[in-house]
Amino acid sequence: MIRSFFNLIWLYRLSSPKFFYRISGRVIPWLFLASITLLAVGLFWGLLIAPPDARQGHSFRIIYIHVPASFLALAGYYFMAAAGAVGLVWRTKMSFWFMKSAASIGAAMTFIALFSGAIWGRPSWGTYWVWDARVTSMLILLFLYLGVMAMIRAFDNSELGQKNGAILGLIGTVNVPIIYKSVDWWHTLHQPATLKVTTESSIHIDMLQPLLVMIAGFYLFYALAICLFLRAEILYHEQGTSWVKELCARRKKVRGVL
Amino acid sequence: MCSVKIRRDIGFYVYFRRELALARSAFGATTAPVLFMFMGVSLIPLALSSDTASQSSIAPGFVWIMVLLASLMSIERIFTFDYDDGSLEQMLISPQLLVQPIFGKVAAHWVLTGLPMSLSSPMMALVLSLPAEGYLPMMLSIIIGSAYLSLVGSVCASLTVSLGRGGFLLPITLIPLYMPIIIFGSATIDFAVNSMDWSFPLAVMGFLLCLAIAICPIAVAAILRSTLLF
Repeated sequence: MIRSFFNLIWLYRLSSPKFFYRISGRVIPWLFLASITLLAVGLFWGLLIAPPDARQGHSFRIIYIHVPASFLALAGYYFMAAAGAVGLVWRTKMSFWFMKSAASIGAAMTFIALFSGAIWGRPSWGTYWVWDARVTSMLILLFLYLGVMAMIRAFDNSELGQKNGAILGLIGTVNVPIIYKSVDWWHTLHQPATLKVTTESSIHIDMLQPLLVMIAGFYLFYALAICLFLRAEILYHEQGTSWVKELCARRKKVRGVL
Repeated sequence: MCSVKIRRDIGFYVYFRRELALARSAFGATTAPVLFMFMGVSLIPLALSSDTASQSSIAPGFVWIMVLLASLMSIERIFTFDYDDGSLEQMLISPQLLVQPIFGKVAAHWVLTGLPMSLSSPMMALVLSLPAEGYLPMMLSIIIGSAYLSLVGSVCASLTVSLGRGGFLLPITLIPLYMPIIIFGSATIDFAVNSMDWSFPLAVMGFLLCLAIAICPIAVAAILRSTLLF
């Protein structure tokens, strides 16, 4: 068991669509249960038990959605780009499908982060939208995601589209830190700091604990979403193979009995 | 047995000359970016107020938006014509090191769009009543920045080359990648106008350009190979 773990055979076997489909089918109920539990506990804890913020009152509680979504928006981009790179080097179709799924989910996470940030901005900054360094770079991240998604879907030949999308994602990887830095400098050099709400006030432990629970819950939810998207991709791309046909036949029989 | 000596080191020069010759035969291609830039600038006083103070405050940003748009509109042609008439395949199977002709094409694109825009930008600045201290930084930043735009644009143009012309995909994928340059480019002019040290944003642009020179031609070569010899 341990030897096979270090042999990376498990990773090799996961790149087989059939094997992944079987394994993920067993993992998904547990992932679902764990992520729902963590999210429910985190939300209950964060929204009802954690103390209100001294300056912002109850409006700060959107942090429990905003920060985990932003985490995954940023980390998701690197998951996506890394999967694309693996696909380009080892030419495994599973990694391209992973990239495609991660692009959609990451774009959704970025949108959630921006949207919740706008809602949060209204009470604390007095406006829904500010061209702040962080906001601007998150918006550009959303554009990068959308560009990759458009690139993947633009070609009749889906393999070529996935390859080109992977390359675009990799270029974006170089660009994400540059964009972040450039926007950061642009503001720190240009404008007097008008918004000082986000100064690093080290978060209190009572507020931090539910946040960590929420972040863990979001990561598990992300894994769940990736599994579901990947299963759909597998079924779509492997619809001609015998094992998918068998699976469909079995499903049909079950439905017929019911 | 005949032995033809193949020179592998002239790809850059040959393709650079070829692009310039093609552009000379189609006069519009060379002058169009500059014309486009001026026409865009003439929209400012029509759409916004015509008072000088507000114009000079938006001038740095607007000059850079026009440079970006002009580069964006012309970058599509860098490969699509060659793709349509088959000379791109010729380039791929030639014994040259593929990076050289690509670099030649990109350099020609810069000479035909970035350089004339940079040289004619003082006229535009004059029309927008930009203070005179901004002229030199503006020309320098457009020279450096437009070279970066041509290089990065060539990567996305090669990604979308097989889709044909007129799609929205190229601008959608390209504009986010252009953003650092537009930030630092307009910052260079802005700093100079406000009599601050403008060498910092210009140096960052130079750094980005070096990075792009090192990476982009190789990336384009790999993409074109995998797209056309698919």
